[in-house]
Amino acid sequence: MLVANDHADQSHGQHLGSQMMAAIGNPEPRGKTVTAYERTDARWVTRMAAIAQDQDRKAFAELFRHFAPRVKAFLMKSGADESLAEECMQDVMATLWHKSHLYDPSRASVATWIFTIARNRKIDLLRRYARPEPEELPWGPEAAPDQADVIALQQDSTRLAEAIGKLPEKQRMLIQRAYFGDLTHSEIAAETGLPLGTIKSRIRLALERLRHSMS
Amino acid sequence: MTDIKHNLPDDILMGYATGVLPRAFDLVVASHVSLSDESRARLESLEAIGGAVLEDAGTADIADDSLQQTLAKIGGMDPIRRPVSASGVFPTPLQDTVGGDEDAVRWRSVGRGVKQCVLHSDEDGTARLLLIPAGRAMPAHSHHGTEMTLVLKGAFRDEDGVFARGDIEVADTEINHQPIAEPGEDCICLVATDAKLKFQGLLPRLAQPFVGI
Repeated sequence: MLVANDHADQSHGQHLGSQMMAAIGNPEPRGKTVTAYERTDARWVTRMAAIAQDQDRKAFAELFRHFAPRVKAFLMKSGADESLAEECMQDVMATLWHKSHLYDPSRASVATWIFTIARNRKIDLLRRYARPEPEELPWGPEAAPDQADVIALQQDSTRLAEAIGKLPEKQRMLIQRAYFGDLTHSEIAAETGLPLGTIKSRIRLALERLRHSMS
Repeated sequence: MTDIKHNLPDDILMGYATGVLPRAFDLVVASHVSLSDESRARLESLEAIGGAVLEDAGTADIADDSLQQTLAKIGGMDPIRRPVSASGVFPTPLQDTVGGDEDAVRWRSVGRGVKQCVLHSDEDGTARLLLIPAGRAMPAHSHHGTEMTLVLKGAFRDEDGVFARGDIEVADTEINHQPIAEPGEDCICLVATDAKLKFQGLLPRLAQPFVGI
């Protein structure tokens, strides 16, 4: 609710691209220092918008250079061999292009969104059937992605990454293995000790606002 | 859609986020998340860990012509449209599995007016739809392992309270429970189990091997 009040005066319906440009032009929201990580993520968000709106191949190439080698490494650490990982990675990046208009920067960082695409593709390939996925929301960021929400989520994502970096080595490895799909569901502990509460509340609020803007 | 009281615990959402749940449970989780903003927000926050892990996972060498090949793939793919929300009783992942909504289900009677339809079964678990007539009780049963019950229509009541559309109940090993459908409307649930249920009443127990519950 606090966040909602903070942003109540923000104009809605502004074009996603211009909002993202504004986010970059104003790198220090609410007087907080913006880290390199956040600035990088803000750049990825603008590249996503450029793909969604203008089918911008240069923006895609830039995302590809950063994420393709990471997606491939993720897939290989998840048990795919080199050639399967290469093919699967290309599928993931092609899906990113075609789904770019569904990306909502107030609910996920670009890295998180790509992780979900890679995970789904990996499961479908390994199990040879399409895993049931939650239905996509029938409306999305073109309704009203609030710039302040986008920046707040980037800050949360940064804090989360830093918190993972500060975990004891053993626990950090365990979390990595879990997300590589390397632990069984009975081995997974939900208690990560990571600061997920703020991210959860943020996403919850974004969902609420999206539903509200539709009704 | 906003007044769902019973949501999924984080360990199951994390199992879904990391992609290691049995297929029967994936179906129930995906259906529940489609109906619950609270669980969707929790799931997406757990997926944020996946984003951090991806950034931190290092890099692998990619093929020299990787970008060109991907651009070629893009040219050959149809654009993905924003899907319309499922109208009807079943959320999209369930409609995809059933091949339609409520009226497409091929129910089989299992006695006392209760009907079921097995949607998926393998060694890791079974997913089925259950229909309990309004006001009627399910046979009391306990079970090994985990049972997840998502209400799609009507409501049921048991020791833990009332469960209505979108609510999900997760019952663990050896819990005895006897859900009773609330009066007024038949109750349709999507249920996943990862072990054979054990019925406690004499007749239902005899019937169990034939019913397949």
